[in-house]
Amino acid sequence: MISPPLIYAILLLAVPLLSIILFSFWTQTFLTINRDLTIENYAEALTDPLYRVLMERSLRISASVTAATVILAFPIAYYISFKVRPERKALWLFLITIPFWTSYLIRIFLWRVILAYDGPVNGTLIGLGVIDQPLSWILYNANAVIITLAHAFAPFAILPIFVSLEKIDRSLLEAARDLGEGTVMTFLRVTLPLTMPGVLAAVLIVFIPTVGDYVTPRLVGGSGGTMIANMIYVQIFDLSNRPMGATLAVLAMLTVTITLAWAILHVRFWVHLSDRVGGGVAGLCLAVLAAVVDIAIIRWVYLNGDAWFGTAGALGVMAAIMVGGAAAIAIFVPKGRWGL
Amino acid sequence: MRRGRITPLAIFAGLYLIFLYAPIILLPMFAFNDGTIIAFPLQGFTTRWFVDLLNTPALHAATGNSLIIACSVAVLATCLGLFAARAVTRYDFPLKGGILGFIMLPLVLPEVIVAISLLVVLMQLGLNASIYTIILGHTLLCMPFAIAILQGSFAGLDQSLEEAAIDLGETRAGAFRLIILPLVTPGIIASMLICFIISLDEFIIAFFLSGNEPTLPVYLWGQLRFPARLPVVMALGTILVALSITLLLIANYFRRRGLARTGQQDSGGFL
Repeated sequence: MISPPLIYAILLLAVPLLSIILFSFWTQTFLTINRDLTIENYAEALTDPLYRVLMERSLRISASVTAATVILAFPIAYYISFKVRPERKALWLFLITIPFWTSYLIRIFLWRVILAYDGPVNGTLIGLGVIDQPLSWILYNANAVIITLAHAFAPFAILPIFVSLEKIDRSLLEAARDLGEGTVMTFLRVTLPLTMPGVLAAVLIVFIPTVGDYVTPRLVGGSGGTMIANMIYVQIFDLSNRPMGATLAVLAMLTVTITLAWAILHVRFWVHLSDRVGGGVAGLCLAVLAAVVDIAIIRWVYLNGDAWFGTAGALGVMAAIMVGGAAAIAIFVPKGRWGL
Repeated sequence: MRRGRITPLAIFAGLYLIFLYAPIILLPMFAFNDGTIIAFPLQGFTTRWFVDLLNTPALHAATGNSLIIACSVAVLATCLGLFAARAVTRYDFPLKGGILGFIMLPLVLPEVIVAISLLVVLMQLGLNASIYTIILGHTLLCMPFAIAILQGSFAGLDQSLEEAAIDLGETRAGAFRLIILPLVTPGIIASMLICFIISLDEFIIAFFLSGNEPTLPVYLWGQLRFPARLPVVMALGTILVALSITLLLIANYFRRRGLARTGQQDSGGFL
């Protein structure tokens, strides 16, 4: 029974994905494609600072969007799950998903209007006397991309968090209160850890697609908000260098995979460390310390690795450290109470 | 819990809804605004931008393309979704989770990646980008949504109904047609409507694969470059948004009816 959709997905998803990997090792001069396998494209993509800037910016924008979306979505999901009457929950969820089903292009274009120099946001803020001059940092730069994407991906963050909040057995919360925990501690020690699977799903479902977003940076990003997908498009259609476009696509997917694997597994490690010393303030300090050290190592290699290993080599070493660390954690550290 | 009390959380929820709905509320304001610049203050009421839409042949061609694509995608994706949803809810087979995860992958993959990989394969096969290639791409994208909706309808089915029909002498195919199909019909309709909406709105895949047969969003994208055309774009956008919301309400009605028919709780939403 599964075969027709599976065959369809293999033909139209697996085959194309594998073929862009193959394609990324080819080269193109004008309209002829040279099918000799070469790593020329990769060498260029990894050493040219332009691609590096774009990839770094894409990751940073996506990370900001993910953080903003998840942090804003959590209270909403919490409100619907805990405060809204059961018979009205479906209505609330429906209300939240409606904007998502309306034209993507139009929605993004309207953010350009909303955030414009003479747009409603600036108008309202000036009218209220909050600012004297219209804000110029909210349009045609990375901030505009972050605001717009945080809007576009809101339901994708709210729904998984809502589902995991709904699954929490309410008697656990009562038990925590009966045992003398306050509201805040009950939230931090019972509700939050039990919601982590939903938060993780939200992070994945927001972070991965936003790295490759094309429309938002084009419409509201200006030159300072251009992302990797815009470069992929330019390579394929404007510069007629399709193999380079394929290379950038493969590298983008690889970067996203490595970054996510590193982040998720290291969070598991930090939580594990904290639990080993019994949690509390000491645990928190240890976890933060471990996080700072882990991030500092990656940062150091990224910034100073050039002198030691060459430009492409430094990225390779960085990837090796990230994957190696993640793999070691996956093997040696058990899944913790956060379900990560 | 005290109800109806205004807590900080409720205020936040209200503000968040305003944030979510801001673009949709502004859209009709500019569509009916009697001024060529998309900015405040508004100039007065007019319907001439909607009249302009009627006199744009390129738009009509794009609408035709989009409708053909969206209808084909709705049928194709829902058929494929039916197979998957029934297989997943009814049978156990090796690698079930992995296979389903793979089919659901387009839900998270950046669309640009899906689009360029399809484009590369098409070029290698020597095929030209056309309406048909967009249909293939959109079906891939809509399949996960169809599966998610249909899985909801199939999950609530009582297996003994089908077994009873077979015991009473129906063939497997007959039992499926007479017992299962009527019970999941609301789900099928909801799935087709949702796939229709997604395909009608989808831009990236259509943009990469359209060649010289633009769909509505691709046409819209081209118009966004001309400031003089923006009010017309707003008018078109208003129609599209109104259409999406209407279809969505119908789809939601059928989804809820389907759930009621199989005796399930409404969990809300399509995702």
